[in-house]
Amino acid sequence: MEHNNIINHPQFVKEGKQVSFKPETLKKVQDLMKRYPEGRQKSALLPVLHIAQEELGGYLSVDVMDYVASLLGLQPIEVYEVATFYSMFYLDKMGKYVIEVCQTGPCALSGGEQILAHLQEMLEIMPGETTSDGIFTLKTVECLGSCGTAPVLQVNTDFHEKLTPGKVDKLLEDLREYAKHDKSDDSTWVEKFC
Amino acid sequence: MMVKIQIDGTYYDVKPGKNLLETCLALGIDVPHFCYHGAMGSVGACRLCAVKKFRDPCDQKGRIIMSCMEPVNEGLIVSVNDPDAKMFRAAILESLMINHPHDCPVCDEGGECHLQDMLVMTGHNYRRFDFKKRTHFNQYLGPFISHEMNRCIQCYRCVRFYDDYTGGKDLAVFGSHDHLYFGRGEDGILESEFSGNLVEVCPTGVFTDKTLKEHYTRKWDLSNTPSVCVHCSIGCNTIAGERYGKLRRIMSRYNGAVNGYFLCDRGRFGYQFVNVENRIGEAQIRTSKNSNPVEATPDMIASACAEALSGSKKIAGIGSPRASLEANFALQKLVGKENFFAGVSRTEHTLAKTAIDILQHEAIHSPSLKEIEKADAILILGEDLTNTAPMAALAVRQAARNKGIEVAGNSGIPPWNDYAVRLKAQDVKSPIIMANPFSAKLDEIAEKTYRAAYSDIARVGFAVAALINDGAPGVKGLSKEQLSMAQHIANALKEAKNPMVITGTHGGSEDMVHAAANIAMALFLHGKEGALSIVFPECNSMGLGMMDGKPFEDLAGLPADSTCDTLVILENDLYRRADQSLIDDLLERCKNVIVLDHLITGTTLKSDILLPVGTFAESEGTLVNNEGRAQRFYRVFPAEGTVIESWRQLKELMIFSGNHESASWENFDHVAQAMSDSIPAFAKIKGHMPGADFRILNEKIKRQTMRFSGRTAMNAQFSVSEPKSPVDPDSPLAFSMEGANETPPSSLVTNYWTPGWNSNNAMNFYLDEPNGSMKGGDPGFRLLETAATKHILFFAPVTGAFTPEAGEWEIVPAYQIFGSEELSSQGPAVAERIPEPFIIMNRRDAEEAGVKEHEMIDLTLTRSSLQVKLKIDDNIPAGVAGLSTGLPGMPFLKLPESGRVKNSKK
Repeated sequence: MEHNNIINHPQFVKEGKQVSFKPETLKKVQDLMKRYPEGRQKSALLPVLHIAQEELGGYLSVDVMDYVASLLGLQPIEVYEVATFYSMFYLDKMGKYVIEVCQTGPCALSGGEQILAHLQEMLEIMPGETTSDGIFTLKTVECLGSCGTAPVLQVNTDFHEKLTPGKVDKLLEDLREYAKHDKSDDSTWVEKFC
Repeated sequence: MMVKIQIDGTYYDVKPGKNLLETCLALGIDVPHFCYHGAMGSVGACRLCAVKKFRDPCDQKGRIIMSCMEPVNEGLIVSVNDPDAKMFRAAILESLMINHPHDCPVCDEGGECHLQDMLVMTGHNYRRFDFKKRTHFNQYLGPFISHEMNRCIQCYRCVRFYDDYTGGKDLAVFGSHDHLYFGRGEDGILESEFSGNLVEVCPTGVFTDKTLKEHYTRKWDLSNTPSVCVHCSIGCNTIAGERYGKLRRIMSRYNGAVNGYFLCDRGRFGYQFVNVENRIGEAQIRTSKNSNPVEATPDMIASACAEALSGSKKIAGIGSPRASLEANFALQKLVGKENFFAGVSRTEHTLAKTAIDILQHEAIHSPSLKEIEKADAILILGEDLTNTAPMAALAVRQAARNKGIEVAGNSGIPPWNDYAVRLKAQDVKSPIIMANPFSAKLDEIAEKTYRAAYSDIARVGFAVAALINDGAPGVKGLSKEQLSMAQHIANALKEAKNPMVITGTHGGSEDMVHAAANIAMALFLHGKEGALSIVFPECNSMGLGMMDGKPFEDLAGLPADSTCDTLVILENDLYRRADQSLIDDLLERCKNVIVLDHLITGTTLKSDILLPVGTFAESEGTLVNNEGRAQRFYRVFPAEGTVIESWRQLKELMIFSGNHESASWENFDHVAQAMSDSIPAFAKIKGHMPGADFRILNEKIKRQTMRFSGRTAMNAQFSVSEPKSPVDPDSPLAFSMEGANETPPSSLVTNYWTPGWNSNNAMNFYLDEPNGSMKGGDPGFRLLETAATKHILFFAPVTGAFTPEAGEWEIVPAYQIFGSEELSSQGPAVAERIPEPFIIMNRRDAEEAGVKEHEMIDLTLTRSSLQVKLKIDDNIPAGVAGLSTGLPGMPFLKLPESGRVKNSKK
């Protein structure tokens, strides 16, 4: 069962850690904010949160959200509202790779449930949990919008389609290898937005 | 213009421009709903108000619509009782109940719960969903409000009220779908001054009254009485609930002209002073001037009073702006007109008199809060309304929206379509101009703020009047910035259809009130209404000002031998109104000091005879609010022991003094009538309020509900036989569950209930339409008569421009909603919210004086010095400093005056 307590989540506490973007990211974030008229910087909140999640630890801690609030000139509570609304903003510490398995109709008919069961077996975790080595988090999601290539899953920002248990084994192996070399996915939110 | 619509086969002529839900409620048709609220309009979020709409008379199928989002147009055909609509509503309720706990027996809302009402109304009663309910942790939200998130049904009323309606910043909604969470970003006190309304706005028990929890009583077990708030000059209507002789809670009582559905937190939670240990329970006498009074037997008190009053050459009386008109009148009768002193300082007295004269001027209209809500441009002159008259500040916030509502209206969006109006309006606001020495909460909705010393604000005010009308005297030597500010304000007011000026007497500046009057008169000559609202410090400041009284300094200033032998002080702590030395000297000089009060104060400690009297909860009386509206409060419960009402105590004293005029005052009506007869200003009171002999079909109006429990058993530990209900000879209300079943006149409503509606949403059925007026007219009536035609005489400015002096600051009062008012501060919940005494200065001034933010600094004034914490406000002008005023433990300070500051450590 996924943890649904959002605002009063045990991890939802201010640690008071100093967080900040790398200078080049900050520059990009500022460009992003300039796309909106003066006084409407709040409009940049969603892309900035995506970038923050990716660059500042893989999830939105209270400190990260407070930092984003200070960048955009918002009250922290306004950022919490948005960040807790969307399921793709993580409030918990996540694995390096978040595997999101589609559970909607077409994928389920084409074997999505078996893919999930296989992943659970291989990773020895339940949906919503993270492996002890901190590499994988398994999640179930609704339609990823690629029914034609079902069953699908998404690893961070990348799609993996027409899955079979064999393909999943290969994928996990590759990802473990990437993780060793500290390589992440090729495409990132920073690139998508900036 | 009316339109004809058909509801369940019946034709109705209804007002166009409304939505179907409010139209149904106005017609008395039960349509279940959650998210719609009379004051906040519709958002169509909860889906509970579904009804079926038919295209034309031939349409048999129809379709489900949300009645709160459906405009009422000619020929509309709908069905509320259609089986499909009923099934739809039951399904909504069932889905909301999936996560709602079955904890009604331990829930504070039980018995007055909107959700319970809706369940019964829609008929959902069997749980089919067999899984676990989602649960949440709760937050600490301060001394006023308890939080229990598991009960939430996601209607969004709380954030819509707290954020959208009152401008709150610290309550938000987190999460989505089935795990929404309404709360703060972190545990802490809810910052809004109106947080208490969440108790009534929330349709379930998520937000409940924490002060009630300490002595919890179900709604049906409370004995309820219509009352009037005594904590500021606005006079909001309240319902006070009692059980076992203790005041349990205050709820809002609807008054379309005053507070509408809501109350501020001082009004709602300030009641605790009635129950505190500090109450005077027994009469006391002191034997020598150096001792404290001690309890005495009634015989001793009687003989002491008789001796003091009959043996005196001169008896003087000091009245009070926190006592009722009738009590003040009884005191005036006891001591005679020439010896009656109003119980306020000379400054306040002069200001009140000036203000009342102005409000009676032909060219000036004193608006109700409802009228303030309708204004489309407001100039607030030298008053921090959020702290001095919170509900007026809330009305101004609604007025600020009017331009946006107009903009949306131009696009065809009706005003009740709340979310659409807000989306369309964006940041468009009616011009609200805040002129105040220091930053105030209302600044955030102000189009422009002007920060200056009081004298400069008044000067700009005079200049505004001169710019609107040539006849008004101008001001010389204004700076360029001041001139352009005055021009801007004048233009904003001239362009508005419904401009308004709000000022007050808290700043102690007569010039300010004059300037405001000039603007209102100039606007009148410009073809507007000339609306001017003046805020006073206390609940009956206005009423007291309408009586013939003199400031008490006149008494203190008399030579020692002609002051008086006996001084009677009514519900007044003089130490809050003048320097200690002046009062010490006055009390010392009088041979006998008789004090009537309900709480121990500095003044009661100096009394020779101390007589306990009832608070608002144990007596009845009339108060006049800042609009000039006379409203009556009634006894909530009979007082204990020797405590009696002030007017009755004074009646006894009159008999002791040998004046038998009062002997005929058998009940409250007699004293009210005598007052009406002898004071022309109050002549209208007679006959306007239902008297003690008012009956409905020969029956009194019951204070208790028909489900009041324990009547025969609640005092069984004293006597097993059921005692006789106490008699209330002074009002048409009975301390009983027996009484008229008909709806009483609006001013006597004790409880909102109508079949199917146990929650206070039943209120809507007592109104001509939601957010409208009470059926039969709103309670209270205006005493202010505009005087006979007289030509307009503008006031001339007196003071010159403010010039800061090195090392000196003009200390201006910064009133605090929690702390500056005497009575509410005595309750533990409000006491928790009282700030430490502080001073506000701008950064540069603080640096010059060598003091730092958050540090304690020494403040030296002409006659006193005190230690206060420094707060920085960069907007406060150089040479001006704001000082928190009237907080418990702070000495009396006559502000504004000049003072010096220095670092405490040095």
